[in-house]
Amino acid sequence: MDALDRVVKPKTKRAKRFLEKREPKLSENIKNAMLIKGGNANATVMQVLRDMEFFSKKSDCSLFMFGSHNKKRPNNLVIGRMYDYHVLDMIELGIEKFVSLKDIKNSKCPEGTKPLLIFAGDDFDVTEDYRRLKNLLIDFFRGPTVPNVRLAGLEYVLHFTALNGKVYFRSYKLLLKKSGCRTPRIELEEMGPSLDLVLRRTHLASDDLYKLSMKMPKALKPKKKKNISQDTFGTTYGRIHMQKQDLSKLQTRKMKG
Amino acid sequence: MEAPNVEELLVQAERDEAQKLQRITVHKELELEFDLGNLLASDRNPPTTVRHAGATPEAELRALARDNTQLLINELWQLPTERVEEAVVARLPEPSTRLPREKPLPRPRPLTRWQQFARLKGIRPKKKTNLVWDEASGQWRRRWGYKRARDDTKEWLIEVPGGADPMEDQFAKRIQAKKERVAKNELNRLRNLARAHKMQVPSAAGLHPTGHQSKEELGRAMQVAKVSTASVGRFQERLPKEKAPRGSGKKRKFQPLFGDFAAEKKSQLELLRVMNSKKPQLDVTRATNKQMREEDQEAAAQRKKMSQKGKRKGGRPGPGGKRKGGGPPSQGGKRKGGLGGKMQSRPPGVGGKRRGGVQPHGGKRRK
Repeated sequence: MDALDRVVKPKTKRAKRFLEKREPKLSENIKNAMLIKGGNANATVMQVLRDMEFFSKKSDCSLFMFGSHNKKRPNNLVIGRMYDYHVLDMIELGIEKFVSLKDIKNSKCPEGTKPLLIFAGDDFDVTEDYRRLKNLLIDFFRGPTVPNVRLAGLEYVLHFTALNGKVYFRSYKLLLKKSGCRTPRIELEEMGPSLDLVLRRTHLASDDLYKLSMKMPKALKPKKKKNISQDTFGTTYGRIHMQKQDLSKLQTRKMKG
Repeated sequence: MEAPNVEELLVQAERDEAQKLQRITVHKELELEFDLGNLLASDRNPPTTVRHAGATPEAELRALARDNTQLLINELWQLPTERVEEAVVARLPEPSTRLPREKPLPRPRPLTRWQQFARLKGIRPKKKTNLVWDEASGQWRRRWGYKRARDDTKEWLIEVPGGADPMEDQFAKRIQAKKERVAKNELNRLRNLARAHKMQVPSAAGLHPTGHQSKEELGRAMQVAKVSTASVGRFQERLPKEKAPRGSGKKRKFQPLFGDFAAEKKSQLELLRVMNSKKPQLDVTRATNKQMREEDQEAAAQRKKMSQKGKRKGGRPGPGGKRKGGGPPSQGGKRKGGLGGKMQSRPPGVGGKRRGGVQPHGGKRRK
């Protein structure tokens, strides 16, 4: 336990809990994101950062977003994540068009709900850059991992479309309408910020660092149940292993002669 | 007359069904990929409608989003549901997208000295109550910590013990003893910590993933790299001002074949004397202690096995499981070589103290 392993031990229980929360564990905490304003960030970028706060929390965190603006790179946004307090991936995006939350006059959804994420466009699987971008965006916008979700509580959806080198980011509020059967019909209402992004520079982690960060602990890997199999008809078969029988000691029928 | 009505009704019913499902069906060329644990859907179809839309593809994007969301919602509604406090809740599967971790995996730490000893002896932590009845104050107090039950530094009256100097300050003596105990504990904790951290250093070939390393680490990594050639670093050039690494000589030193005749004669005669003497050179106390410790260990392992067989699920499988692994290998190690096997388990620094301390106890035990 790292909290007890420090040279200066924590003096209070609260400090100890704080340190235990921050140390590496088998199943990790939810990732937090920090939003940083660059030295020269203009109003557009500032507004984007403020709107991003609507979706994320900030504290000591492994995800970050950095906004800046200069003549060579106008309206720049860098999204990145860290592994072991070192930078893992960084992707620089340019904001081409931006519509803020307050420009769209609609009702908003409560903060902290888990969004639905949709990625459209074949680009997201073809290019390595786009694949990492997709992974990074999922990491960023995913929200806490929960085992159950309230079906009526699914409020909004973030939709990313990759087209012609641009990524369109739109967020819609979800309206569930009655349809004839159990599953509702969806109507969407444009709610949140919408961005048109252009992929600029990328700084992706080297393959081995990425593999290192993806390493799953053995304890969390799903355990395979051995000696159980199913055939095509759905019947479950089990296997029992027996020790070698001593045939001389076998109990046979006694013939009375 | 009724037959055509029934047919009509059936056809009407079919049409109604189709219409209902139409409201929620979406036609796509390629199926979407779903990761319901993350509430994620990936659409691989090329977005042709959006492409043709031109400058402001808002309406087309919205239509595309609506279709994709409808498919995702359809999938989500298929999940098994349960009622939790008047809300219908769907149980999500595990997220299938692999995302990188935030921090590296926690490494297993080496056991502390107490843990090693406890494992050897088969000692398990006894469950103790938090509060103890304190006679002096007439209330329940903590077992240890602030305002504990039996704090000998807080007594207001100490009788002078029989053999002690009447002018000695007994209160100061007790406070001093406590300070010494605290300091000793702290020292042991730091030593355990140092041992744990020494184990954690080995990483991939001495190199750090991002290159922020200390001078010593880099030096070590460079040395290892230098020696990893076919001729074990003999023909590797050094930079003009680079110094030769220290501590990389031979580990054992042998005496020269002929040189100091007097010393050689002395050592040979000593050897002969030892061989001829009647007294055994074997330290009997140490040998008996070693034997007793081995027996203790075996007994502990037996007890563990018995208790494991006796109890079923009621017992504690955790510590038992660990000890099974710890028991046989250390026994095997001891059986291999007499003193040689034993040396490994004792750290050199503290071993000296213990060896000195063990003898009187050993003498007592023998009786």
